[in-house]
Amino acid sequence: MPLDRASTLSEVELLLPDIRCAGCIGPVERTLAAIPGVLEARVNLTAKRARVRLEPGQVEAEQLVAALGEAGFSARPFDRNVDGGQAADHTARDLLLRIGVAGFAAMNVMLLSISVWSGAEAATRDLLHWISGLIALPAMAYAGLPFYRSAASALAGARVNMDVPITLAIALSALSSLIETARGGEHAYFDAGIMLIFFLLVGRYLEHRTRAGARTAAAELSALAGRQAMRRDADGGRRLVAVDELAPGEIIEIAAGERIPADGIVIDGTSDLDRSLVTGESRAEPVLAGETVNAGMVNLTGPLAIRITATGDRTLLAEIARMVDAAERGRTRYDKLADRAARIYAPGVHIVALLAFVGWLGAGAEWHGALMIAAAVLIITCPCALALAIPTVHTVATGRLFRTGIFLKDGAELERLAEVDLVAFDKTGTLTDGKPELIEGPAEKSPAWPVAAALTAGSLHPLSKAIAARAETLGVAPAEVSEIREIPGFGIEGDLQGTPVRLGRPEWAGATPGADGVVLRTGDAVHGFKFRDRPRPDMSEAAQTLRGLGLEMAILSGDKRAHVDAIGDTAGIARRHGDLAPGEKLRLLQDWAAEGRRVLMVGDGLNDAPALSAAHASMSPGSASDVARSAAGLVFTGANLAPVAEAIRVARAARRRAFESFGIAAVYNSIAIPLAVMGFVTPLIAALAMSGSSLLVVLNALRVRSAR
Amino acid sequence: MTVLGALIPISLFLGLCGLGAFVWTLRARQYEDLEGDQHRTLFGGHDDGPM
Repeated sequence: MPLDRASTLSEVELLLPDIRCAGCIGPVERTLAAIPGVLEARVNLTAKRARVRLEPGQVEAEQLVAALGEAGFSARPFDRNVDGGQAADHTARDLLLRIGVAGFAAMNVMLLSISVWSGAEAATRDLLHWISGLIALPAMAYAGLPFYRSAASALAGARVNMDVPITLAIALSALSSLIETARGGEHAYFDAGIMLIFFLLVGRYLEHRTRAGARTAAAELSALAGRQAMRRDADGGRRLVAVDELAPGEIIEIAAGERIPADGIVIDGTSDLDRSLVTGESRAEPVLAGETVNAGMVNLTGPLAIRITATGDRTLLAEIARMVDAAERGRTRYDKLADRAARIYAPGVHIVALLAFVGWLGAGAEWHGALMIAAAVLIITCPCALALAIPTVHTVATGRLFRTGIFLKDGAELERLAEVDLVAFDKTGTLTDGKPELIEGPAEKSPAWPVAAALTAGSLHPLSKAIAARAETLGVAPAEVSEIREIPGFGIEGDLQGTPVRLGRPEWAGATPGADGVVLRTGDAVHGFKFRDRPRPDMSEAAQTLRGLGLEMAILSGDKRAHVDAIGDTAGIARRHGDLAPGEKLRLLQDWAAEGRRVLMVGDGLNDAPALSAAHASMSPGSASDVARSAAGLVFTGANLAPVAEAIRVARAARRRAFESFGIAAVYNSIAIPLAVMGFVTPLIAALAMSGSSLLVVLNALRVRSAR
Repeated sequence: MTVLGALIPISLFLGLCGLGAFVWTLRARQYEDLEGDQHRTLFGGHDDGPM
């Protein structure tokens, strides 16, 4: 493609949160390519994005999104510059390039070193050393740059991180090898220095990939949050606008089935609201003009017009977001394993190396000999194994979780999850799937079923859906009911060949008031339907598995105590707390934390969000509210609860492997350091020890893949 | 040992070829979608490669 043409093209990136498998690549690319004005489209399955090259001025990103929507894929225009995505891509490529350069140099220097170790002498050895230096020094300068920068910024802030001893080891090995080469000496550490950089870069790259994956997950979540609303303008026109653009005083229309985007007052229409994500209440409630509604509730049965009272930071949503923020600040104090290890390791090796240097000088060694030994100590103290231990374990664990449909947002979350001793579940939407299930209805052959099937067929109300689903499994053909009307807050009525029929609240349908559930009245006959909040299919097994892992369990719910007890009995969970407000859940978790409990909070509702971010670790199902999903550290998909136990198992395996790797490094160091201090470590031994320990750590990490 | 005079340049040259090839694959964005590309090899139809 000629250059001048390329410069007139425009590119758009789309985020595709739904694509999970390779089967989606083809349809998405074909759908996009079929739009006139699209020159080329390519899906990136790893990042869940599509890059689309457009003829300028011909198509807008919105058209692409609409076309994909018709084909069944949700998409959203994505600005790579907003969340640092572009910078992250750049860093990944930069690290890979440095790995390539370090690998090239390490292999060639190793080739030369083998000649030296096999007995090259005098002028030949000097020549080989000089060539090694010529390859290694520029490569060390370039490939090691990320470590030098990080060490410099740590020192500037008067801190010591893992990169300080690394930088010192590289610098000392380069310097002492150069001196040794100039003096025609026997030992040069060029190979060890560059190999050190190579292994460390691999560790750094793996760490970066895990973090980039977490960022993708976060971007995916925020993409699902971006919604639009239908605004009724002053001139009577209606326009679809982004939720962010809404202002107090404006009027928006909400169709049945939509989620309410802002706090407001109903000015027009009646309907039923599903408040479960906001309050944790499982039952739909009627709403009339003049009542207050909050963002996050779902409008079920009739259209509503709402005058917005609050947007931005004055909504209930923002109130909860503030609680989330405050709770999260407490959690960032968590000390990562890698940092803890670095804090012990970094000063330790400096002191040992310094002591070796001073000791040998004191024992009468020449200063360059003492310097060589100090360099050998720094090189051999195995920062590789330490630097690889955590990233490899996290990479393998993240991959395994991903395959079981669990998305991890941060490596530290995995470490926290392994320490959990109490699992607190929300009820509605977490232990249950948030949909009512019919437990008591008319007999199978009852004439009530065809009528109920006809009345509920078009309704979005969850109870109607439960009845319709049962009618379908019974194979009932709908009766001929005409003039079906849904009366929000009451029920559905219609006309069965001259007989009025009503399905809905008992008092409205004409049964004894106060009866539970829903009543169908056909003429004089009355039939009752009773429901329960349907537990997830594997709830009891999942609770059993968690108990087997030695964990205590509790239910925290905003729902009524009786409903909580029903589920608690089925799951066999004794600790139950009902009727909780979001702030009370948060307080319970804080109390537990004060007692020293490490709690895993599993929840889906807006009301769970503060508790999710205050908990030691947190998970939320994929069906959860946006706020809960972004507050939780892990998100699991699917209808089952089994991923909770699976995630804990993987986290524990990862923690065991990480500790083992530290153990390997410790054992290895306890042998290597005395040898190095005594001056027995030659470049050959350093090279073998370094690659040997790194390999051991990586192989150990791979065991997480199959851990039970 | 004079053979080293020929072998070292050759090995360096070959190594640089490898490095050059790696840099080229990197520039061609071949490492950005490992997940998707492993499946694309099984698709029918011609693939022009990453854009």
